[in-house]
Parts: sequence; C-alpha cells; structure tokens
Amino acid sequence: MPRLALFAMLLIAPLTVLAGCLAGPYPAPWSAVLGILAGGREYDPAWVMVVQMRFYRSLLAWLVGAGLAMSGVAFQGVLRNPLAEPFTLGVSGGAAFGAALAMGLGYTGATLIPGLSMVPVWALAGALAALGAALVLARGAGGTSRETLVLAGIVVSAFLSACISLFKALNEESVTSVVFWIMGGFQGRGAADVWLYLPYFGLGTLVVWFYSRELDVLALGQAQAVQLGVDAARVRVRILAAASVMAGAAVSVCGVIGFVGLAAPHLARLGFGGGARRQLAVSGMLGGTLLVWSDIVARTILPGGAELPVGVVTALLGGPFFLFLLRKKAGGGA
Amino acid sequence: MIECRGLRAGYGGREVLRGLDLRIARGEMVGLLGPNGSGKTTLLHVLSGVLAPTAGTVRLGGREIGTLRPRQRAGMVAAAPQRAEPVDGMTVSSLVLLGRYPYLSALGGYGPQDHAAAAAALADTGLTALAGRQTTALSGGEFQTALLARALCQSTDILLLDEAASNLDVAKKAAMHELLREKNALGLTVLSAVHDLNLAALYCDRLIFLKNGRVLADGPTHTVFTRERVEEVYETTFHVFAHPVTGAPQGVVVPGGGGSGFGGGRGPGDG
Repeated sequence: MPRLALFAMLLIAPLTVLAGCLAGPYPAPWSAVLGILAGGREYDPAWVMVVQMRFYRSLLAWLVGAGLAMSGVAFQGVLRNPLAEPFTLGVSGGAAFGAALAMGLGYTGATLIPGLSMVPVWALAGALAALGAALVLARGAGGTSRETLVLAGIVVSAFLSACISLFKALNEESVTSVVFWIMGGFQGRGAADVWLYLPYFGLGTLVVWFYSRELDVLALGQAQAVQLGVDAARVRVRILAAASVMAGAAVSVCGVIGFVGLAAPHLARLGFGGGARRQLAVSGMLGGTLLVWSDIVARTILPGGAELPVGVVTALLGGPFFLFLLRKKAGGGA
Repeated sequence: MIECRGLRAGYGGREVLRGLDLRIARGEMVGLLGPNGSGKTTLLHVLSGVLAPTAGTVRLGGREIGTLRPRQRAGMVAAAPQRAEPVDGMTVSSLVLLGRYPYLSALGGYGPQDHAAAAAALADTGLTALAGRQTTALSGGEFQTALLARALCQSTDILLLDEAASNLDVAKKAAMHELLREKNALGLTVLSAVHDLNLAALYCDRLIFLKNGRVLADGPTHTVFTRERVEEVYETTFHVFAHPVTGAPQGVVVPGGGGSGFGGGRGPGDG
C-alpha cells in the first residue's frame, strides 16, 4: 500500500508541474502546452508565457516545496521536536536580512548569471552566516544538545529580526519591497532561480538521504544513538547544516514560505509512517505538490492578474487542513 | 573484557565516579548494586561511550575505549537503557533492527542476515507476535523487553543493562534473567545494574557494590552479600537469609530500622 501510494505520488509530481503551466490569467489549452513543452519556438509569445513564465516557476515551486519538506523531516528528526522546522536555526532571518541589505543599499543589479539579480545571492550569504552563527553560539554554550541548538537558533532569529526592523526604520523607501520579499512568492521567478537553487537542493537532498539511517537511530535520543554506534554530536550538526543550507537557499530565491516545512513532515508521518528514508521521499513529494498548487491558487484567485504571496496561501489553506488532520488523529485514539 | 582503573567521570562540574577500579572477565555475569546516585548509570554510560571519562583508563577487550571508533565500540558493547521513550511511527521490529546499525556498510541497507538477527532476538524475548506493533502502543514492560531485544540483536560480546527489568512483572523478570543466563552460558559478558538486590543475588555469580562513586565491595555473591555489607551500603537495617530453594543470599529491610532516611543519599540522581 505505501509502495503504491509512493508510485502514485511520483506520477502526480510531473502532472502538478504541468498543471502549473496551464494555470494563469491567460488560458493555454492542454494541446498547446504539451506541444510547446515538447519543442516550442523560443520567440513565440505562447512559448514565453508557458515555458519562461509558468514552467520554470512551477518547477522552482516544486523543488522549493520538496526541499523545505525534506529539511523539515531532518529538523524534526534530529531535534526530536514536532515543532521544529527548517528555519529553526535562524536561516530565514539571515536570508531576509541579507535581502533587505541588498535592496536598501541598492545592490540589486544583474549578476554573472543572466536574469538573476544580486538579491538572492545576498540572501544566501545571509542565510549561511546565520547558520554559522547559530552553530558557533551553540558550541560556545557548551555543546550541541538539542536544547542548546534550538536556543541558539532563537537567539540568532531574534537578533536578525531586530536588525531587519532597524533597517526598515532607517530606510523607509525600501520597506515595501523588503516586506513583499519576506512574505515570499514565485512572481517573476524563472530559469535563473532554478539554476541558483538546484545545487543547494541537490547537495541538501544528498546529505540528508545519506544520513537517513542515522536519522532513524537519532530518533531514539543522543545516548542510545551513541550506544548504537552513531557519532551523534557530529552527525547531528552535519544533518542540520545540510537541511539549513537547503532551506536557506530556498528563502534566497523566493522569500520566506512558512508551513510547508512544518506540515509536510507531519502529513507524511501521519499518512505513511515508516523510517526516515520513506519520510524524506513522501514528504518531499507532498511538499513539492503542495507548494505548486498553492502557487497556482496564489496567481489565479485574484482577478486581473494580481498575485497573493504564496506564503499567505500555504498558511490559509494548509493551517485549517492540518488542524483537521491532527484532530482526526487525536479522535482516533492514537 | 572490561577494565577500569582510577576512573573518574561526571556531568558538568559534578563528579559522580571518583576513582573507580574494576575488572570483569569474559563470560562473567555481574550484578551492579548501590544506592541512588552511587554511579551505576554513570559507569554504564562510560562503558558504552556516552560519557567520556575525565581521568583514569577504561579498556574494552584490551583496547582503550577512546581509541575505538563509534561503530567498532557498538559492535563490542550493547546497552539496554534505564530510561527511553518510544518513537512515534516506529514498529517493534524496526526498533530491534536498529541493533544492526554498527554493521551497516557506508551506503547499504539492512540485509538478510540483519533481519535474521532481529527475528532471532524477537523470538528469544517472546516478542515475535508484537513485531508489527507500534512502539508507542506497547506497555511499559513490553517496550523494555523490546529494548533488550535490540541490545541482543547487536550481537556483542558485552551486554550492559540498566534496570532493564524494572517495568516487568515478577514472572517476566525471572524469564528475562533466565534468558540472560542462557546467553551468558554461551559466552556473553553481562553487567547489570539493579536495585533489586534479591534478583541480582539469584542470577548473578558476582556482585559489585558501588557507593559514592567507588567500589565498596566486589566478589562472589555468597561472599559479599552479608548483612553487615548491605547495611553499610544502604545505611539501613537488613535481615539476610538463604533462599529456601537455591540457597542464594536474600535480604529484606527491617521496618523502623533507624536508617538515615531520605537524607542519606546524595540527592536526586541517576540511580
């Protein structure tokens, strides 16, 4: 049964991205979209709309959703805390501060990669700096126990959110763009963002996948993990760093999108159970699909081509659904 | 097999083991006794690699414990913990299978021989029927038995037990110890920390009494389990007699015996 469901989810993934190519204020029929994806002409306006504006955007949304979900599995597993999520170590604050700096100081020009502004690069640098700061703080506080790590993340997040507020207060003209960026979304994202995110997605996926058996053992807690031969202190930091890099890179390309990294792992656990490897696969698929559909809603629900930030959609739609599932589980006497 | 010399260890600034010496040979079955906070759990944590000694030497199978790689050590010493929480979504068989982790190759999964070892451990502990059950749906005793099964599945030469039978009923306690004796007869070295003096005296050939982080008494059960000794260890009045069937020494507390009350221990600790 889980095998069949996994197979179904593997099929749903490309179909979801395809749906992302169909949806939008200008209708594009199935046949035209399939024809264009199979080999359209670059200067055709329909090609531009379907491939440049919708396909890469949907692909990015899928990758980001999957990345955040797998990162969430890693965080919840290592910290043994169902409330942990990809931004627990402060990478979202770091990325937001990096982006705010870039916007405020006017470093938004083009980079070596065509079509990519400097904002995501700054955001990524901010995310990595925040991750480094959290790990150094935790080590300085006498260890890498889960409480110390969570506390270090909270300290870094609080510090950065104060920095962002200060920055907003000092740079009134850039406040709107910073706020809009922080809310997260895929408007105007394209191939360049996919290429920017892909290496971090690949690296993060590889590392958490490689350590999936250690994740199973770590679920028992530090002492038992050591007794079973896991180099717990080292492995935990490696997994969290990889998961944070994957989440931080996601924030860099599309802003802070909450909820997916928290809810997808829960949904996977409730629906499928099993070890870390299955959890990673299932919640990755779920997260990707969830975020593409949220993005479709975000760009079609308002009339006249206006868009909602996708983070608003994930929280508005996902929140109640998630609550419903939790209640159902609690009611089932589990 | 196990050798500690001048071993000191503790948590943070609090020293629990204060210069402890002991030697345990291959194939012994040893009971580790002592009041709350005497260092039993701390000693087992040091021997299983969870806690690094602050001074002294610890050797396992002749090798300094710090020089062993984590998996290598886990292939020599298995431990069943005193406290553990069941994991949401983990079944009994997958919990037991984790005992094979030390033997996994860099990228491989659990192979047929791993599953065979897990099945054998489940059968030994009578858990075969519960193999597919969620660990969160087990009773306290069943979960504790599953943790022992996992430790057996680790196929080590040394087994460390920390109150491994504390949640079991009388009959299951006896059954677990019969199983341990069986494994011991096949060459397994067992070091078992227990509060139940009489259980230890019934099943262990040798007892080690800890007090204040040092070995207070160590020797064959019949020699060390005396009224004077247990009164000295626990600071209360005991009556010691021979087990009517096996002749093993057994002890019961005498009520109103003028013990030192709750003040006698060294505060809340790790048993």
